[in-house]
Amino acid sequence: MSNEYRLSSGGQINRSESISFKFNGRTFHGYKGDTLASALLANGIHLVGRSFKYHRPRGIFSSGVEEPNALVQIIKDQGKTDPNLRATQIEIYEGLNATSQNCWPSVNFDLGSINNLFSPIIPAGFYYKTFMWPANLWENVYEYFIRRAAGLGKSPTKKDPDNYDHIYYHCEVLIVGAGPAGLVAAKIAANAGKKVLLVDERPNFGGNLNFSNKDYNKINGLTPLEWIKKTCLDLENNKNIKILNRTSVAAYHNYNYLIMVQNLTDHLADKDKNDQIRQRLWKVRAKKVILATGSIERPMIFDCNDRPGIMLSSAVRKYANTYGVKCGNNISFFTNNDDAYETAITLHNKGVKINSIIDIREKSNADLPKKCDELGIKIYWKSAVIYTEGYKKINNIHVMSLSKDNSSVIGNKLKINCDLLCVSGGYTPAVHLFTQSGGKLEYNEKKHYFFPKKNTLYQISIGSCNGTFGLKNIISEAQEKTREFLSIKEVDRLDVLTPKGGDFENIWLLPSNKISGKTKSFVDYQNDSTANDIKLALREGFKSIEHVKRYTTTGMATDQGKIANMHALGIISEITNTKLGELGTTTFRPPYSPITFGALVGRNVGKFFDITRKTPMHDWHEKNNAKFEDVGQWKRAWYYPSDKESMYDAVQRESKAARTSAGILDASTLGKIDIQGSDASEFLNRVYTNAWSKLAIGKCRYGLMLNDDGMVYDDGVTTRLDENHYIMTTTTGGAATVMGKLEDFLQTEWPELKVYLTSVTDHFATISVCGPHSKKILEKVTQSIDYSDDNFPHMSFKHGLIDKIKCRVMRISFTGELSYEINIQANYGQSVWEKCMSVGREYGITPYGTEAMHLLRAEKGFIIVGQETDGTVTPVDLQMDWIVSKKKYDFIGKRSLYRSDTMREDRKQYVGLLTNDPKEILEEGAQIVAEVKSKPPMDMIGHVTSSYYSPNLNKSIALAVVKNGKKLKGKRLYIPMKNKTIEVTVSDTIFLDKEGKRLNA
Amino acid sequence: MKKKYSIFALVKNSLSYHENWQRAWRDPEPKSRYDAVIVGGGGHGLATAYYLAKEHNLKNIAVVEKGWIGGGNTGRNTTIIRSNYLWDASAGMYDHALKIWENLSQELNYNVMFSQRGVMNLAHNQHDVRELKRRTHANRLNGIDCEWLNVEQVKKFCPIINCSPNIRYPVMGSTLQRRAGTARHDAVAWGYARGADAMGVDIIQNCEVKGIKRNGDSIEGIETTKGFIKTQKVGVVAAGHSSVIANMAGLRLPLESKPLQALVSEPIKPIIDTVVMSNAVHAYVSQSDKGELVIGAGTDSYISYTQKGTHEIVEGTLKAILELYPIFSRLRMLRQWGGVVDICPDASPIISKTSIKGLYFNCGWGTGGFKATPGSGHLFAHTMAKDEPHALNEAFNINRFISGDLVDEHGAAAVAH
Repeated sequence: MSNEYRLSSGGQINRSESISFKFNGRTFHGYKGDTLASALLANGIHLVGRSFKYHRPRGIFSSGVEEPNALVQIIKDQGKTDPNLRATQIEIYEGLNATSQNCWPSVNFDLGSINNLFSPIIPAGFYYKTFMWPANLWENVYEYFIRRAAGLGKSPTKKDPDNYDHIYYHCEVLIVGAGPAGLVAAKIAANAGKKVLLVDERPNFGGNLNFSNKDYNKINGLTPLEWIKKTCLDLENNKNIKILNRTSVAAYHNYNYLIMVQNLTDHLADKDKNDQIRQRLWKVRAKKVILATGSIERPMIFDCNDRPGIMLSSAVRKYANTYGVKCGNNISFFTNNDDAYETAITLHNKGVKINSIIDIREKSNADLPKKCDELGIKIYWKSAVIYTEGYKKINNIHVMSLSKDNSSVIGNKLKINCDLLCVSGGYTPAVHLFTQSGGKLEYNEKKHYFFPKKNTLYQISIGSCNGTFGLKNIISEAQEKTREFLSIKEVDRLDVLTPKGGDFENIWLLPSNKISGKTKSFVDYQNDSTANDIKLALREGFKSIEHVKRYTTTGMATDQGKIANMHALGIISEITNTKLGELGTTTFRPPYSPITFGALVGRNVGKFFDITRKTPMHDWHEKNNAKFEDVGQWKRAWYYPSDKESMYDAVQRESKAARTSAGILDASTLGKIDIQGSDASEFLNRVYTNAWSKLAIGKCRYGLMLNDDGMVYDDGVTTRLDENHYIMTTTTGGAATVMGKLEDFLQTEWPELKVYLTSVTDHFATISVCGPHSKKILEKVTQSIDYSDDNFPHMSFKHGLIDKIKCRVMRISFTGELSYEINIQANYGQSVWEKCMSVGREYGITPYGTEAMHLLRAEKGFIIVGQETDGTVTPVDLQMDWIVSKKKYDFIGKRSLYRSDTMREDRKQYVGLLTNDPKEILEEGAQIVAEVKSKPPMDMIGHVTSSYYSPNLNKSIALAVVKNGKKLKGKRLYIPMKNKTIEVTVSDTIFLDKEGKRLNA
Repeated sequence: MKKKYSIFALVKNSLSYHENWQRAWRDPEPKSRYDAVIVGGGGHGLATAYYLAKEHNLKNIAVVEKGWIGGGNTGRNTTIIRSNYLWDASAGMYDHALKIWENLSQELNYNVMFSQRGVMNLAHNQHDVRELKRRTHANRLNGIDCEWLNVEQVKKFCPIINCSPNIRYPVMGSTLQRRAGTARHDAVAWGYARGADAMGVDIIQNCEVKGIKRNGDSIEGIETTKGFIKTQKVGVVAAGHSSVIANMAGLRLPLESKPLQALVSEPIKPIIDTVVMSNAVHAYVSQSDKGELVIGAGTDSYISYTQKGTHEIVEGTLKAILELYPIFSRLRMLRQWGGVVDICPDASPIISKTSIKGLYFNCGWGTGGFKATPGSGHLFAHTMAKDEPHALNEAFNINRFISGDLVDEHGAAAVAH
């Protein structure tokens, strides 16, 4: 069986380039330019998939993005496999390997089709009514099987080897859709000198005009294909326009911001891909948007309208004209409009037998039906197909006449043998993008479609997406509306020939000779929802269209109702006797057609998932075997194990050295905000809880920043560099949010303040040297600074030089040791660090990481915001009453500190904990109780915030917040762990050097 | 009398081609007066009406809904149910809800498909580990099931998570609540609606509240698009539009409304059998019974009432999804949408009386109200019927924003508020 359905000539395929591909394990041949669907049809294959619920055999139904049935899985390997692709959109290439999905063992013999036998008892929403007894079987039995039966294709199981990309693009005019309307608009816009972007989801331009009958449609005397070719050539030669094919607009956001996906390599054979980008996401901001998205042909809804071999009439025409494929040898048509006649004539002229046209209309005086009559094609007027036969492929149709009011079928039943039924229910404008943009639709009662009525953005809709049909109308509208939209004076006139059309008549749900309960008239093919399901939903009180959609799952399949939705609405409107205009539509959600996660994410995967911030000394840490921890986006040196040292041992060693000799820490990640302006002091007064006006130039001060609710938000040391110049440090994690918050206050709450903030976090390297030898080391590293305590006391700063480079040195301490912090232009960071190391070697200088830093400050009881605090802790709770100014008029969070709950005496307060066994180290996060019960619930009165083994005190220490903690000093509390209970005693938070002597040691 | 749903009913009805099923709920016009009116026909509102009728013997109740029931956040969320909250008040309230979930299908005779497939919360840094362990300990001592899994256990429980130590933010462990899971969101609204309707509650759709009539400090009734309704008890459960209703009564609520987005992939065969949440990289995902990956995104950073969000939020979430599940890269986003969430400053809800007698608010559920639906309705019904809170929702009174006695659950909330 090889291409026996291929017509001997015609089509836009390249017959000299034969391509072999696999489908369900068998090898087939097609031609360059074929889609998988056209190549399968050329080989006589209609049955491609199984439906979601009943596993009914389903064939190729359409020729494009609207396809509900022919979903396949493309298989390369475990990492490169694509589920749920539409055979109608896949361009074949050498080596393509596709399979049917959702069927087992095969599409021809699918055990799942047993569901079809049960279909009488499993209508829409049946699962809400059953599987409740016995209750414990739901998850393990019922749901287990439901989950396995559901789903369509299979996910890859290995990492995707392909790359994706993003691009931003601006243009004056974006034209979506390169059918006749889009091409006309593009030419006008580009000729007028506008920067134009023209996109179309298909590989070829021209839209449906591509496969229009050339005898009946002409533009300026050219056939459709000649005109398309000439127009595209003109456009390609115009430098104002960029043209993208295989590019689908997914979403239309506010202010003409559109997201689109360009497929770059999916149509290529592996050997031609050359590791190129697979898909590119375009983010386009357009001044003006012209939507020319076309329309989608509708099916007809009647009993057993879902069999393989039932196809949209326009698709059959496309397969014949574009791919040179006849979809059947003995064809019937079922229509309510003239478009189907064009298909019939096309196929007739290609020598294919057209046995009948069933038309629900009384008659039509239009050109094409007349022609069919002349050609001797049998037309059954005022008739309907009421049933079809053929399990895996249609083999005959049953036809009856329609009653006068179309509500029933009458007369004798006629059986007509056929191997293909083309259905044509008219066209639905593709208004998806229009409504996504916020546009409002109106219903045309005569023509039975929703069309764009009112939009808010700079956009127009032209062509059939605007409800304009017939080539002549489409082109003249496209010309006129584009001219007006772009304020162009005059455009060339085009002479268009098109057949005279007749009226279109509509019956949403066709009558049947059976009682309706016995019919299976599918509305949503993929999800198997039928007209009866919709009726059932309405009967049960699901009145809103959204309810019907959700109850029956109509329109929720992977085609998102492109085929189903209009008929579902029509049937609801008929049954509830509501005008469609009042009923409205369900919301059109992005994307218009599914887009890969890969394209949405682009390059932001793997190491590019989030930027990695490294300090200027990062390389040194790495060379010296540092282990790193992630703190926000920063990599911070966590500890520096030597050879086989454990983390615990390394941290103990580093912590000890910092107190006995000298320690050096990379503190560059702390946020640094440069604050300048004549109101800088007042600004700090409002931002921090303590007072700043009297801070002398050259002095440093610790500050606590609160949230509006009075809870501690951030902390750090701020230094007064000059009268109106401060440098603030923030926590590492808080740097960006603090900056944002301060800017927010400046811009919205305190616009009267003359203050200017600059984030300088990355501009400086910060090296902290602490310990008894730190002064000696600093004296050798910097020049021109007098380190005597009188000249350079604790909490002050000096300008200095290191090898002629300016630096700032602060004498501040987070360890409780004598400690200096060098701030120098970032690019000198590593060399200064190395200098400190070499100078400090004789003093036993030891680099310590964040873990030792945490330990050292815990020995001193210094808090870490985010560890001791969690957004529920006030300064008073931290026993830091001293830092809260009572005199200041206001500061952020002040009001909240005086609320009844924040004033309570028995709030959770900051305390120290000592374990009864000094070797027992508590788990951070462990909960504290006053009374242990044999089983939960137990009253928790606090939790452990920090816990370490202190090498300097030779015992375990911990910090905690405990209810009424201030009054519990010396009291015994309990920490019930999973397997044991640990006894602790409440202590002071300062474990070491309570007097603070070491600061001046 | 409602006929019972069962497999036997389905078989029996199939004989008459399902043409004899009753309405799940009536479609009444509003009466001129009710004993209580619930504003908002989402899951919480319908549950409130259900429990008012069932447990408090109020029979003359209406639920008024601007659009269609379940059309707000009830039908827009990612259906995650869990109770592993930090503070006693939240843990008590959410676990109360979880216990009702465990028997809800049977109670309502409506399969809400509650599926206890477990919820994991991943840790990606030292801070996460500390906070999640803290929550695990707190849950344990509150009698709520919650376990800590180390990386090997994470990998075993959910093998498709990328547990490589070389990723940008490696997984360092996870909490697991096995009783947690998902349910079918629409079914919750419909099940409660059917149950409430059976007890005589009038569910009135397409009925928008236009004003609240007060007599001094008491409620007299509500103005709606279907006319004035006299009542002395009004319970407002209007999520993102709570502030709008409050404004009609002259109240201000400490709420911000923002769009929160979610998305689903095309359906695929079962690939992930649990719910995995990660706050640090912001990704959470589960797979619906239909096969779609259900993915929760974040809130927009600005206040808005539109039910659609910005593209960048979706992109950011999928970035995180691919970081944790690189195998999903070729799967495709089928649909994205948004809902308007009402967020309290402490990321906890308000279930409370107000300064106006007879006016009650149930709001502020922010980004995670679905899980509480049955408990919320149950407690709010109690509050409305008794005119005083149940012990389990006392902490969620509106006055906490005056006193400062907040229930700060930013850490336990899935989406950063």
